[in-house]
Amino acid sequence: MSQDTSSTEAEREETDQLITTDPGRGGLSEQDNTSTVMTGDTIIQSRNLDVFYGETQALQSVDLDIPENQVTAMIGPSGCGKSTFLRCINRMNDLIDVARMDGELSFDGKNVYDDDVDPVTLRRRIGMVFQHPNPFPKSIYDNVAYGLRIQDRDVDMDSVVEESLKKAALWDEVKDRLNESALDLSGGQQQRLCIARAIAVDPDVLLMDEPASALDPIATSKIEDLIEELVEDYTVVIVTHNMQQAARISDKTAVFLTGGELVEFDDTGTIFENPESQRVEDYITGKFG
Amino acid sequence: MSNTTDLTGDRGFQDIRESMYTVVFFLCAAVSVITTAGIIVALILPTITFLGEVPMSEFFLGTQFSPAIQPTVFGVLPLAFGTLLITFGAAMVAIPIGTLTALYLSEYASESRRAVLKPLLEILAGVPTVVYGYFALVYVTPLLDAIPGLELGTFNALSASLVMGIMIIPMVSSISEDSMNAVPDSVRNAAYGLGATKYDVSVGVVVPSALSGIASSFILALSRAIGETMIVVVAAGQTARFPETTSGLLNSFFVSTQTMTSAMVQLGTSDLAGGTTAYRALFAIGLTLFVMTLVLNLVSDAIAARFREDYD
Repeated sequence: MSQDTSSTEAEREETDQLITTDPGRGGLSEQDNTSTVMTGDTIIQSRNLDVFYGETQALQSVDLDIPENQVTAMIGPSGCGKSTFLRCINRMNDLIDVARMDGELSFDGKNVYDDDVDPVTLRRRIGMVFQHPNPFPKSIYDNVAYGLRIQDRDVDMDSVVEESLKKAALWDEVKDRLNESALDLSGGQQQRLCIARAIAVDPDVLLMDEPASALDPIATSKIEDLIEELVEDYTVVIVTHNMQQAARISDKTAVFLTGGELVEFDDTGTIFENPESQRVEDYITGKFG
Repeated sequence: MSNTTDLTGDRGFQDIRESMYTVVFFLCAAVSVITTAGIIVALILPTITFLGEVPMSEFFLGTQFSPAIQPTVFGVLPLAFGTLLITFGAAMVAIPIGTLTALYLSEYASESRRAVLKPLLEILAGVPTVVYGYFALVYVTPLLDAIPGLELGTFNALSASLVMGIMIIPMVSSISEDSMNAVPDSVRNAAYGLGATKYDVSVGVVVPSALSGIASSFILALSRAIGETMIVVVAAGQTARFPETTSGLLNSFFVSTQTMTSAMVQLGTSDLAGGTTAYRALFAIGLTLFVMTLVLNLVSDAIAARFREDYD
């Protein structure tokens, strides 16, 4: 993907000036939004993003700016569209026949739904970790090496595999059995392997779709520690059902409520302590959802 | 409640009814087991007599099979060679085409194409084998014979094995496709999420993940080919041959060949009297064939168990 830097800059400036939420819906103050954009350069930006699955609308006119090298959490009740948003970013929704989208979603200044964008190239820059650990039925080593191999990367495979497993905090547990099947690992280990597999190809962004929801508390806390370390090198966008988790690990939080509406997006501290919207407060305090 | 709730039922009648069900279901299950046992006994008894008349070394190691003309010779090797030759040819057709068909149906075809193709493949599986046999003899052999430089006999192993390969494509494709469909979408998504193309996902992830089912489909299809009779009787001829040289081996495809099954048909339908050695050879060949397919089916089970992926 070639980048036209000047247009990227222009778009970013435009972003600074625009009010990030639909003013008609009355969520954020303009003040908060300015600070949102200032804390890190926007790497992913959506404007008027609508998604439909057949007749059902999954996202409604979502405007969102995701900052670089920060953890952005998406929370909300089931069916609120937060995973749908995540799957738009790397166009995984393309794989669902009935999915249809409108509006704009840009990554690094480029609308990813433009005709000249190859989703394969896009996904090589935006890695994804799924809700349930989904290692390939191959060895631990081959799982981590898979992305590099399909991309024909000319790298020292052994050292990239080792480095990725170290970053995913799994190396010490598996270094003596790299040739054993990944399916023999525990659930938590499998999920860290999936993270290692995603970062081995050195993406810019890591999308995580409830990466700890299928794991026990100890494995969950390992994944959370890991996310805090990963954000030094990557932009992390994480969907979670667990509000404490969002509060612990994220810098920004986006709250989606029923009907695919983004109700509020702000610094995580603000969302959890002093949200603008009464609906968000009700949701966070457990009165709703 | 002061009164105890009445929970008694008509126990005696229920017990009788339940045990009747058990007996009926058991008898149904027993039919196939008893039949199999009966067939094995029916094969073994004449074979024992036969091996009393023909030395085991002549039967298993003899390279000539000539049951009708004196002096008779009963070497099973030429027949086993014919069977393996035609099975090999059929495998060369069915394994690649069947696997790629399965891959297309499972990964590439749209719902509407699948809805048309799958029933068509099932029709292919439902064509009577004698029809395939005449198709090979009447259409395929002349067609192949028209190729310059290819000298084909009227009866030949080549067209029989090509057509047999087509016949077993549906077996390979349907079992392989089932096992490809069993690969969870989460595994495909993992690969797509890493920037894999559809081809990367199909060939690099789905096929290895479904390998146990694919391998089983090959072996089951081969064991079907080994036992197949009508196609070879009609199209491959009745000349038992065992090649002594490499060029003879290559040439075997183009000439008349006898397989174990077609030899059994010949022995059973000729005017050989029952109770002769030649008649009993039929059972010895049948038992050998039975053991060959049994071993293949066991290998298939072992492969399926060994390479089955447990996704939980």
